[in-house]
Amino acid sequence: MWALFLVLFLPLFALPLLVVLGASFATHWSGVLPSGLTTAHYEAATRGEALEALTTSLVTATTASLLALATGTWAALAAAALKQRHRKALDALFVLPLAVPSVVVGLATLVAFSQPPMLLNGTRWIVIVAHSVLVTAFAHQSVSAALARLDPAYEQAAASLGASPAYVLWRVKLPLLLPSLTAAAGLCFALSMGELSATMMLYPPDWTPLPVLIYAATDRGALFTGSAVAVVLMTATLLVLLAVSRIRTRASYR
Amino acid sequence: MSTASSGIRFDSVTVAYDGNVVLDALDLTVGPGEVMALLGPSGSGKTTALRAVAGFVRPASGRVFLGDRDVTGLPPYRRGIGMVVQQYALFPHMRVADNVAFGLKARKVPKAEIRTRVAEALDMTGMGAYARRHPRELSGGQQQRVAIARALAIRPDVLLLDEPLSALDAQLRSGMLAELARLHRELPDVSILYVTHDQVEALTLADRIAVMDKAKLRACGTPTELYRAPADAFTASFVGGANLLPVTVGTGGVSFGDAEIKADTGGVARGASATLCVRPHLVGLGDGPNRLTGTVREIQWRGSTHRLYVDVGGHRVMADLRELKAPPVHGESVSLHFAPEDAVLLPAGVSAGEE
Repeated sequence: MWALFLVLFLPLFALPLLVVLGASFATHWSGVLPSGLTTAHYEAATRGEALEALTTSLVTATTASLLALATGTWAALAAAALKQRHRKALDALFVLPLAVPSVVVGLATLVAFSQPPMLLNGTRWIVIVAHSVLVTAFAHQSVSAALARLDPAYEQAAASLGASPAYVLWRVKLPLLLPSLTAAAGLCFALSMGELSATMMLYPPDWTPLPVLIYAATDRGALFTGSAVAVVLMTATLLVLLAVSRIRTRASYR
Repeated sequence: MSTASSGIRFDSVTVAYDGNVVLDALDLTVGPGEVMALLGPSGSGKTTALRAVAGFVRPASGRVFLGDRDVTGLPPYRRGIGMVVQQYALFPHMRVADNVAFGLKARKVPKAEIRTRVAEALDMTGMGAYARRHPRELSGGQQQRVAIARALAIRPDVLLLDEPLSALDAQLRSGMLAELARLHRELPDVSILYVTHDQVEALTLADRIAVMDKAKLRACGTPTELYRAPADAFTASFVGGANLLPVTVGTGGVSFGDAEIKADTGGVARGASATLCVRPHLVGLGDGPNRLTGTVREIQWRGSTHRLYVDVGGHRVMADLRELKAPPVHGESVSLHFAPEDAVLLPAGVSAGEE
């Protein structure tokens, strides 16, 4: 069992990440192992342009996740009140951004917001909008799955005790959905942090997320600098996911 | 709260799902302070009737009244009803005290009053010591007590209990049954609608029992009326278990196969076919009046009693006998008897299954 796990896990999962980690400390890599170890790439990757890109990515991912969570939850709650047929249609609509290649979503966003009345092209908002569209599908899916599992007895007990639908939503349903909401938030955040293809078509010069910087670095041949920036991206994402999962542990009751 | 305007009234309430009638023109009145048991097998419409009172199902026709208030069109949260369901449905993210306070907070009751009423409700159900616990830290019986405290805290005129004991084991169930009876004595003004499939619960708690089957009300009366003088075969077999014997009415008695049985024929015409209902515990072993002879098909020892299944002319007759020193063996031929006044003649033919 463990041997099989290692055989599959190491080459597919761990090795690529270890290679990036190794490269981020290297000045040359011509043999089996990298050589000329240095931390100079990290100095570059944690200040100036790279630091700005990290902030950009964090702000974009946080805003997009929150927007996606709000829209996705709202849509899932609304869909739960609909008839079966209409609910299916709405669900299909929300899965659409998953089915369509993200390049197409990027292009569509670009075309849609390049002229008045919604002129967002050239601002950070067009990136945030595109990311929100791309990750809302995940938020919607995980919240509607959780809603379907939620025992209607809770809602009915609350209603019989005199709680209005809004009160039931705030005090019973959303708290019970909290574990799924945080899980969805983490997923959305991670996806947004790594998004490249749609971002490439949309980002304005003053709003360059980290993946774009990594792409630019590797494109001009600075593989080792790119690796260092990639490690920074990974670390930042993992730290945020860890924080979210701590909230989730506290939010699961049973 | 006002007692003059409490109670529940179903006025020809019909409920249908996709054209499938699950409650057929129910007419029933539960008086102020009365405990009404809705008794029936699953799918009989009893839970649907309760949910129509709570507001979770909308009747296709008919009206539901709480006191003199027509609540048919009101959403559940405007009805002011206490409700306890089989699976408790305590809010898992709230402590016991917050669960009980939920209805009061939702109604914006002042904080100081919430505290006293929560304490009062928890004391009444014997759960005062558990206020700081979470539901998951409680046993099933304790959770059910909290659910009852939560429903009582809002001081409802009407309490709906939907199979409240069926998730508990047998020993806890009889304890909770006594507890519910005590609560009702302490709250004599609260009308209770008690849905159950268990005739013991219904006979123990209810002032009146409404027997339901196949979406219809079959009979309604006090436990004694339904037990001693059931109106039809279904009620007879569902409330208390019964031997239902197909008989032909004669003069001053009936004939069952070859046997002539003395019984009160009431107003049933001579020569008509009817059903004779005899409770198993009123059947005796050995010679006596209204003697029936048959072969023992099965014998069950239930501790304080023996139950005999005796084949009499192709019909199964049950007899519950005080523990026998020398019980008959399988295949033995025995005589059974019962007093003429213990038999009730039902006009209809045998329609319901036996126990």
